[in-house]
Amino acid sequence: MGEELRLTIAADVDVVEARQQGRALAAVAGFSSGEQTVIAAAISEIARNILMYAKKGEITLSLVQNGDRQGVSVVATDQGPGIHDIDRAMQYGYSTSHGVGAGLPGAKRLMDEFDLKSVVGQGTTVTMKKWRRAI
Amino acid sequence: MEVPILRQGQYLIASIQSALTDADLSHLREALIAQVGRSRCRGVIVDVTALDVMDSFAVRTLRDIAHMARLRGAETVIVGIQPDVAFAMVQLGLTLKGVATVLDLEEGLAFLDGRTKERTLEVKPRRPSGRG
Repeated sequence: MGEELRLTIAADVDVVEARQQGRALAAVAGFSSGEQTVIAAAISEIARNILMYAKKGEITLSLVQNGDRQGVSVVATDQGPGIHDIDRAMQYGYSTSHGVGAGLPGAKRLMDEFDLKSVVGQGTTVTMKKWRRAI
Repeated sequence: MEVPILRQGQYLIASIQSALTDADLSHLREALIAQVGRSRCRGVIVDVTALDVMDSFAVRTLRDIAHMARLRGAETVIVGIQPDVAFAMVQLGLTLKGVATVLDLEEGLAFLDGRTKERTLEVKPRRPSGRG
């Protein structure tokens, strides 16, 4: 525990770096390689969203524990324009950027916990966690 | 990280060597589509064995490559999607609908051989009769 990694997201290489660091941390937490890829994919979507809408932001990766369950936490923050219509932003297939609309809803599907807070004009914070399945 | 594009007979083979940024993927799309015309090739193989993740951007770019190449007269096949990557794609709800995917490079070449043969038969010009 106590391991926390803060990564600046300001260019597309940072997206790759963030998902690779996330995968490495998931491996430390004991996730299977399939689940590591799932976590990496979720981070990739969220990090790209930062770039696309806020241009710059930060992703913090950490190990978390709940009782005897171990997991990975991903917090993505930006001081971008915020999201006007959160319900629509969470709709699969809806995009304001000519994307496929799988960013936020896709990440939510991949993770166990997903929380989105956004204030228009101030920024957006996405907090998501994935827990290891009990063996 | 530039993706090398090799020419083998009538086909182009783009073999991804590592994780790619969005810009790398877009560049690959443009390079492939340009080369389809320049080399007059009939098929494109994109080997994604080394891709760490196929997220929405990667899937969209691969779909675009396949559709654009088809408009330019070449068939595309994606080879080498790893089990973990396939698992995450399905969970994300991403599909490569309309894009051929096969297990590996060898299967990809066999697939294109089959497809281009079909295509050649399809477009075989009819000889005008009674002239010449």
